[in-house]
Amino acid sequence: MSERRQVALFVTCLVDTMRPRVGFAAIDALEAAGCDVAVPRAQTCCGQPALNSGDRRDAEALARATIEALEGYPFVVVPSGSCAGTIRVHYPEILAHDPIWSPRAAALAARTWEILAFLDQVCGWRPEGVTLPVSATYHDSCAGLRELGIKAQPRRLLGAIEGLRLTPLGGEETCCGFGGTFCVKYPAISNAITDEKAAAIEASGAELLLAGDLGCLMNMAGKLHRRGSAVRAMHTVEVLAGMGDGPAIGEEA
Amino acid sequence: MSAGFKARAAEALVDPLLKIAVERTAGTAEAKRAASVAAFDAFGAARTRAAAIKDHVIAHLGHYLEQFETNAIAAGAQVHWAETADEACRIVIDICRKAGAKSVARSKSMLGEEIGLPHALAEAGIERIETDLAEHIIQLAGERPSHIVWPAMHKTREQVSALFRERHAEPHAEETIAAMAESARRHLRAGMLAADVGISGANFLLADSGSVCTVTNEGNAELSIVPPRVHIVTAGIEKLVPSMDHAVHLLRLLARSATGAALTQYTTFYTGPKRAEDLDGPEEMHIVLVDNGRTKMRAEGLAEMLRCIRCGACMNHCVVFRQIGGHAYGGTYPGPIGAVLTPALDGIAASRDLPQACTMNGKCQEVCPVNIPLPTLLRGWREKSWREGLEPASTRSAVRLWAWVARRPWLYRLSARVAVRGMRLFGGSWIAALPLAGGWTQHRDLPAPQGKTFMEQMRERQR
Repeated sequence: MSERRQVALFVTCLVDTMRPRVGFAAIDALEAAGCDVAVPRAQTCCGQPALNSGDRRDAEALARATIEALEGYPFVVVPSGSCAGTIRVHYPEILAHDPIWSPRAAALAARTWEILAFLDQVCGWRPEGVTLPVSATYHDSCAGLRELGIKAQPRRLLGAIEGLRLTPLGGEETCCGFGGTFCVKYPAISNAITDEKAAAIEASGAELLLAGDLGCLMNMAGKLHRRGSAVRAMHTVEVLAGMGDGPAIGEEA
Repeated sequence: MSAGFKARAAEALVDPLLKIAVERTAGTAEAKRAASVAAFDAFGAARTRAAAIKDHVIAHLGHYLEQFETNAIAAGAQVHWAETADEACRIVIDICRKAGAKSVARSKSMLGEEIGLPHALAEAGIERIETDLAEHIIQLAGERPSHIVWPAMHKTREQVSALFRERHAEPHAEETIAAMAESARRHLRAGMLAADVGISGANFLLADSGSVCTVTNEGNAELSIVPPRVHIVTAGIEKLVPSMDHAVHLLRLLARSATGAALTQYTTFYTGPKRAEDLDGPEEMHIVLVDNGRTKMRAEGLAEMLRCIRCGACMNHCVVFRQIGGHAYGGTYPGPIGAVLTPALDGIAASRDLPQACTMNGKCQEVCPVNIPLPTLLRGWREKSWREGLEPASTRSAVRLWAWVARRPWLYRLSARVAVRGMRLFGGSWIAALPLAGGWTQHRDLPAPQGKTFMEQMRERQR
């Protein structure tokens, strides 16, 4: 077996505060895939809320801080397509004008991966001996799908789980209405979009909803719960790490 | 202008007929576009070439405009230049007056809407016959277009039927589309044939021949241009393409992106007025080339927006547009392109809501036939709005405080611990209402944090 990959895990602010299980699942899956995982203490938030609010100065400052916290590692892995996309796609853009930081941003971007893409494409890993007899459906979160091209990777990984039946989701590539601060700035519009997404999830007949971004998942799970739906929701990496029998989003541990 | 965007959006959200009408049209367009793109070999390569054609023209606009002017004049047309919307309207009204026009037949043009031409004609006392069926519908209803391809997409067939019954001299007897179309035809055709002046837009202006290209599915451009004595074209300067070959390349993408059709029913190229040997056609052809902010857009980082060929795919695929329809956007152009163009036309102070009311999901760019980076351009407007202090103080202070804390890892970890414990006080595994989070909990429950933060638990594990 080849040398173990040295990976820094960037946990994202939502995983840190709202659902640490995703972070631990990420560590388990990465270790199973042959990685040594470090969690740099200086990491905080990638700055996406500032970037998308138009607060360019703070977005750049947080980009620099994140680059400093993560650039010493051969790989940076993120359990979120939108945060990984911010580092991979947007850091080089917003720091392009800065001769010192531009190459550092580009170097980090080239080594940063969304976790499902990393496990599949870089590690060529498949979960072994993981059984979860449920019908599940998968939502393609927008940033992962369109900024990072994540589509086949989660499906390949989930296909290796024994007993898991992947049920198609109507409009699987349609935004769930979360959109970061959009959902609180325009709650009525967001609600209308999310309601349609929840109805499509219910219509899929699946027992479990999976996705690669905690923000989208909390939005969809919160709406499903408000509608009185029995569909449970979980981050894909939890299932891959064999934690699929644990509490879903909103269930007490 | 987007003052009152939220109020208009709220109204739209509770209109059950609007949702049905928008879904019928946009939903069908979405499915047909998908099938048509899947059947089009090398769509991606065609899209890349289309973007390159437009970028080339925009970068060398002066050259192609001069070439177009020379060739259009050589073909017998008269070319006019308008820097502003008002100037463009004045030029059109002057031509109408010189022609002694009492009525004009107008073929739908978004530029006409943009410069306020319907209003200017009314002020000048010139009767306007809208020849596009959907434009006719909204003219009867006294409304504005809600979509750039289907101006009346916000109306259901049933609403149109009621409108025709009320306003047509000889309304349809039976409730079929054919009967309703026939009623509109009877109502419009006499006016079309009697009009002194025909006014159209242009989908493309061909530099090497001085020709103007229009595409329609109803043949109404042809009917409003050929019979009148005078034909006036109003076109944005970004409509230039070098040659027929380039126009045809873009046409293949335009129709497929808009409706899923391989081509529109009518695609017509007009070169100059009627010649001595021609059997029909207008005696005079005037082409009004309108800037109205386009040169400024090119200079100020919005050059990519000038690629737009007005297919409407971005709005058909936008989750926000699909919920609120086009009128909520308040400007001439709705949806994602409107959210970029309206601030350019009306100023960001009057339209700051438009670039904000977007989930940044990127679907609009994915379906754009000329690959306009709409999310990036929208983010650019958000940055301008932030710099100019137009964002609400509550948002500004929340984001700045968050960023200030996030630049101090120890403080960030402490704040995260406090926030998590604070939320746990609301009890249970789901939080149905949380102070300061009403935007979220009004419509959905919030899963309570699991307990200690990830970083806290990591530290405990490592001790």
